[in-house]
Amino acid sequence: MKSIALTVVLILGCLLVYVAQEFPGFGDPGAPANVHVSPFYIENAMRDTAVPNMVTAILADYRGFDTLFETSVIFTAGLACFFLLRVIRRRAPESRLYRHIPTDLTIRIEKGGRLPASSAEFQRIDSVWVPYDLIIHMTGRLIVPFIQLFALYVIAHGHYSPGGGFQGGVILGAAVILFALCNNLRMTVRRFSERTNALLCSLGVIIYAGTGVMCMLLGSNFLDYGALAGLLGVDRIMARSHGIMMVEIGVAIAVNAVMVWIYYNLSSVGRQDEGL
Amino acid sequence: MDALLSFVIAKYNYWVVVLLIMIGLYAMIAKNNLVKKIIGMNIFQTAIILFYISIGAKKGATIPITFGEHGPPVAAADFINPLPHVLMLTAIVVSVATLGVALALALKVFRQYGTLEEDDIHSQIRKE
Amino acid sequence: MTEHFPALIVVGPLLAGLLIAAAGWFNRKACFPMAGLTLLWVLWMCIGLTLRVVTSGSIDYHLGGWAPPWGIAYRVDFLNGIVLVVVALVAFLNLLASWNSVEREMADKAGAFYSLYVLFTTGLLGMVVTADAFNLYVLLEIASLTAYALLGMGDGRSALSGLHYVFMGTIGASFYLLGVGYIYLVTGTLNMADIAARLPALYSNGTVLLAFILCMTGLFIKMALLPLHMWLPNAYANAPSLSASLIAPLTTKVMLYVMIRIGLNLFSPSFTFEISGLAPAMVWVAVIAIVAGSVMALFQKRLKRMLAYIVVAEVGYMVGGFWLGNRAAVTGAILHIVNDAMMTLCVFLAAALIVHRLRTDNFSDLKGLFRKMPFTMAAFVVGGLSIIGVPPLCGFFSKWYLISGGIIAGHYGFVAALLLSSLINAVLFFRIIEIGYFEPLPGSDGHHHEPPAKMDEAPLGMLVPLWAAAGLLLVLGVYSGDIATRIIQFAIPEAIL
Repeated sequence: MKSIALTVVLILGCLLVYVAQEFPGFGDPGAPANVHVSPFYIENAMRDTAVPNMVTAILADYRGFDTLFETSVIFTAGLACFFLLRVIRRRAPESRLYRHIPTDLTIRIEKGGRLPASSAEFQRIDSVWVPYDLIIHMTGRLIVPFIQLFALYVIAHGHYSPGGGFQGGVILGAAVILFALCNNLRMTVRRFSERTNALLCSLGVIIYAGTGVMCMLLGSNFLDYGALAGLLGVDRIMARSHGIMMVEIGVAIAVNAVMVWIYYNLSSVGRQDEGL
Repeated sequence: MDALLSFVIAKYNYWVVVLLIMIGLYAMIAKNNLVKKIIGMNIFQTAIILFYISIGAKKGATIPITFGEHGPPVAAADFINPLPHVLMLTAIVVSVATLGVALALALKVFRQYGTLEEDDIHSQIRKE
Repeated sequence: MTEHFPALIVVGPLLAGLLIAAAGWFNRKACFPMAGLTLLWVLWMCIGLTLRVVTSGSIDYHLGGWAPPWGIAYRVDFLNGIVLVVVALVAFLNLLASWNSVEREMADKAGAFYSLYVLFTTGLLGMVVTADAFNLYVLLEIASLTAYALLGMGDGRSALSGLHYVFMGTIGASFYLLGVGYIYLVTGTLNMADIAARLPALYSNGTVLLAFILCMTGLFIKMALLPLHMWLPNAYANAPSLSASLIAPLTTKVMLYVMIRIGLNLFSPSFTFEISGLAPAMVWVAVIAIVAGSVMALFQKRLKRMLAYIVVAEVGYMVGGFWLGNRAAVTGAILHIVNDAMMTLCVFLAAALIVHRLRTDNFSDLKGLFRKMPFTMAAFVVGGLSIIGVPPLCGFFSKWYLISGGIIAGHYGFVAALLLSSLINAVLFFRIIEIGYFEPLPGSDGHHHEPPAKMDEAPLGMLVPLWAAAGLLLVLGVYSGDIATRIIQFAIPEAIL
């Protein structure tokens, strides 16, 4: 197997290297790719959409349809992880570990035993339990709000600096994952339940597709944000800028929820009982 | 000799991309452990992303963000090509999504067979 | 609203898939009607679009209001109109049959199943209707990801087979992306019509040839052309039966459509068939695929694996037909896309019904099936006869075009492979019919220990779509001539004789 792989890979590599002789050099401003379609985008993005960041203008306006499907790809990944891994009806719980807070004893209750009712004295811990967690707990508590604030900044400034819905959504998701790592998974699921995540996923992509359908209902083609001018009370160019903002918000919500949902399912192998 | 050297240096981005493609593809085909195959898949997809981005570079140009309505007029040669970046945002998301689904399937395999090495799994299957 | 149909056939099921996923958390029972109504609506739109194309020519749609090459364009013309209809039809019929099985096997994840189902259909419909090379990649990935999840969901070996499908599928899609990258490097645009206009000046460039080879190789991996077919038998045989009966008829056929689109409309026919120099080799690869696929089907002991190898052989028919390069063979290949989707749906759905009742598909457990499930086996026989190529069922007509194309091109190896494959298919299906007729043998004392099997047919909800599919095989057969002369003739460029 390894020798077949090596031969195939070497043949492919030689082929690619041989063809690369005819490629334009690195950074050549006269290459066909830099001459044909992209000067239109560079020169007209600000004029057509009032968005200084050309990448956001192309992503959400000129080629906005691709981005709609990209968002649904990430939604599909979250849904697929849920579909493949989630174990919803579980049998009787296996052995669980509890810590008795006043005496700091750890007890283990095997399968079939009776579990303590939720009382203030017993605290459930994970099987892989890290004892000295005070520093991690406090540091996480301090950092998470700032991460979320930065994520909102990245989303809102997608028009003016590198950023946008995907990047901000991932940072938001990372904040929740950091919280889950510092504390435990059950606490995170209690605060930000799986059902909320699943519904937010769908809501984000529905906002994006819904903006497009609204443009269609107002008379233009799908995702032609200029049609929203009458609805929003601005001229067509600013309407494009606002349309881009709306879809970026939808994307951010969807990506955030999907990141957290995938983390829930992958880290606990579908049980959402004990995470990392 | 000079021409050959300058040819190698002028297009070094393509050589890096080809090397990464070869490494990723080899890992996907030849390695035994499922997680190593998944890592190879990721390397392969990242190499293609690098290829597209390197197409869009321009010497002496800056990032594709204009200066606002009161800035100087926009000339195409001053900004790098934004289109490959847009395309590769999509490709990065697609590769993350594929990574998620592949890991979910690998977890299912592990839950069922107790191992992630392909030859162990195949010997377990043959015994069934 | 009708002018928005090209966008609505993709956006409608996307929105429906999202709403079904959300609805699955509130009211599970509503998911199936929502999915059914959506696919019925999509089918209606696709039929409407095809009729409009037949009467008034191709339809163009600019998304976002931007003209190509700056925006993304969608285009419905003679080639993809019929493929759209057949994709929507297969998805709708299979959905109707899936309700019983989903209720039994994965009732608490029904919302996620129907949502993934509808999203898979969205990806395929988008791949067929798009006119932008990169948009095709994104939609290809949606269809692939949903297929990975739908196929990996069973028990047994489905997770491992699904993971192998992930690896092969990702290599295929990434090769396609690399090919598009090379095309972008030399032309600077992504719109298919624009690329087709700019490429002829560059045909002497080695990059264009390598881009062609890479795109085609990526598609060959995804359509399971031998020897790149290794993922298909395991993935389809170990999957839940109703996922297999959705994905098996559609994935390979849509990839074949994309190959034809790239070969005829992106690169000109003269490049594809003459300048690239690949055509003779590809026909021989197809011949080997047909023969090897059929022979390997003979050695299988499980029904679904046998059908999966028949799919591999059918892919060989269409690839060989296309690369022969004359009008009759290309007509046969395109007609076979439509026919084979229907035939594969019919037999895989029959296998799904059998597995639903018997929970196994080993040949040794299929004894006496004609008594237990007469209607299912009757539909299976109709599907089998169509695959063998018996008139007036549809399989005969597309094989006729393929064989005449082979004779016109003088490629008797292809003709021989087609005839050999029909013979082997006859052996395969008559073997199943024979097993199905025998009842369990009497014991050593000469008496039957069990009473003869009573009729234990699959539920009506699963039988009706199966019989609709079998009936459509006859309808497609009767109308084959019309489809070929009034639609497919205009889909093939004038340059091909």
